[in-house]
Amino acid sequence: MSEITDPAPLFRPRARPLLGEVGRRRLEGFLIPLIALLAGLALFGVFIAANGKSPAEFYQLVYRGGFGTWFSLQNTMTRAAPLLLTALCVALPAQLGLVVIGGEGAFVLGGLAAAVVGPLFGFAPGSLAILMMALAGLCAGGLWIGLVGAMRHYRGINETISSLLMAYIAIALMNHFVEGPLKDPASLNKPSTVPLPDDMRVGEIPGMDVHWGFFVGIVACLAAGFVLSRTTFGFAARIAGGNARAAAVQGLPVGRLILAFTAAAGAAAGLAGMIQVAAVQGSANASLAAGYGYTGILIAFLARQNPIAIIPMALLIGGIDAAGGFIQRRMDLPDATVLVLQGILFVSILVSETLSGRLLPSRNAKAGGAS
Amino acid sequence: MNEDLGLWAVPIAVLGGMLRVSTPFLFVSLGECVTEKSGRINLGLEGTLVFGAMAGYGGSYLTGNPWAGVLLAGIAGTLFGLLHAALCSLPRVNDIAVGIALMILGSGLAFFFGKPLIQPAAPMLPGLSLGGWSDVPQLRSALEVSPLLLIGVVIAVFLLFVFKRTRIGLILRMVGDSADAARAMGYPIIPVRITATAFGGFMAGIAGAYLSLYYPGSWNENISSGQGLIAVALVIFARWNPLACLGAALIFGGAGALGPALQSVGVTSGYYLFYAAPYILTLAILFATSSPRRALEGAPRELSITK
Repeated sequence: MSEITDPAPLFRPRARPLLGEVGRRRLEGFLIPLIALLAGLALFGVFIAANGKSPAEFYQLVYRGGFGTWFSLQNTMTRAAPLLLTALCVALPAQLGLVVIGGEGAFVLGGLAAAVVGPLFGFAPGSLAILMMALAGLCAGGLWIGLVGAMRHYRGINETISSLLMAYIAIALMNHFVEGPLKDPASLNKPSTVPLPDDMRVGEIPGMDVHWGFFVGIVACLAAGFVLSRTTFGFAARIAGGNARAAAVQGLPVGRLILAFTAAAGAAAGLAGMIQVAAVQGSANASLAAGYGYTGILIAFLARQNPIAIIPMALLIGGIDAAGGFIQRRMDLPDATVLVLQGILFVSILVSETLSGRLLPSRNAKAGGAS
Repeated sequence: MNEDLGLWAVPIAVLGGMLRVSTPFLFVSLGECVTEKSGRINLGLEGTLVFGAMAGYGGSYLTGNPWAGVLLAGIAGTLFGLLHAALCSLPRVNDIAVGIALMILGSGLAFFFGKPLIQPAAPMLPGLSLGGWSDVPQLRSALEVSPLLLIGVVIAVFLLFVFKRTRIGLILRMVGDSADAARAMGYPIIPVRITATAFGGFMAGIAGAYLSLYYPGSWNENISSGQGLIAVALVIFARWNPLACLGAALIFGGAGALGPALQSVGVTSGYYLFYAAPYILTLAILFATSSPRRALEGAPRELSITK
């Protein structure tokens, strides 16, 4: 009955709330992860204190080792480079409600494909070879995780389980080729592929001690953010992620979206593997399976699957990682300390989801609407 | 003495490997089976397994009694299960994601506290000789099994009985199949799920203790090769049936033992491909049994991973 007594719906003289519904949600989307991060850091501080060390010293060392100087900041950016792309491998399928956790597989296969394709272009200029290697990495990773998407769409196989199984298979394949058919006979201690010649190595950004992979990762995150928020394609994905059945009724090609997003996700991780080979390792070997794909899961969840937010989160985790060795030496803590911190941050960000919609209750909710 | 068995060495080595390798799969999958029957999935059992391996080794080293280590690992696993269960009981918290987070946290804590345990030697669990009737030494050593394997077999049969014939089993299945029906009947959904997840953690902890105290029988940071994760897939493969979990665990153990067994008779090429055999097998089975139109047969309907 209140609709009738409410005067002039077109003009409301009463004061508007400071924030509209959208603003409220945006502010909450910023505040909740921030609170979760701070709570996680505090909880980890308690853990450190319980082990008889000083949390203040720990965080001071993280700052100095990861962010405090230009040198440490460059180290952080170098470490964040692969993580930007492997986090995209989780965040892109997440737009459709898919939990893909096998980016590690696309990463190692992308690296392996690059190490194989590069030497085939020995006759060509280095830049062309690098382009071909990047393509190889993109295709290998894209096919691998695209296959996960195809199995999901055509056979209904759960993508979380299948991507994880595929990661183990990919690592086994990589080990098989690196220690068998593709082994460089000169690599005795650590079986590897033939090292890439110098002109096929990805160099450093001018004026910095950071390779171009960091730039590529930033561009990829920005591009993904743009596509998701500013194009109809991204809009369709968000609809399908909200309710796949409603999207299908609307005529949206849900299957094609799943294939496109999983393939793009795998391509990002495959490119990260290519960069790891071409900029850091110089050849493919077992060091590729160092967990970049798994750390990407953590970063994507910390960023709440937002591609733009991946950038600061990858820098945060990269910085903690960069400071790891420094902390280990100065404070005599095991190297797994960083892993404990990552686990605690991960748990606290997930638990914080329970606050959404409750931290800043909307006026509608107060009026008795469903939360 | 050591007579040449020729190609017979391969099946015997696979049998021995199967009996040794399958036990952790069996324990984790039985625990996960109960958790999934209640409608939750715990992907964090990998972390629980690694922590259990550390706690079991540490307990055995400190008390001198390996069974005390097994108990400690079980208690530690239960705590991880309770943590997962409690976090997932909050509204809007996703059980798959919490599992991944606890995987990292469990491994991290295990490596953190396990650092001083890498050097010292802890007393190992004893084995049972079931091969006394044979005079082939390879067969005798293959049939040297851990009592935990036999306990696991008993638990599998017992769980089947609980699911099919008891009131508790019926309540558990109802909570997993339809939370609405259970709510209508007045059964407490969240406490049932918490108990089921705690049991899953307990079993994963025991599986970890088996790894560090029996086979391979040491504590290091590479103790687990993903058994905790494979076991999750294995439960799907076994269609949430505890006896099928036993069969699946034996198949997986055998597949995992194939590579080393072939290597022992001189087949070394393709070692890593044999290592991938259990993963390929799981994927193939998922592929063969899934359908885009219906959930997997026998799946608890509340389970997010099969919806």
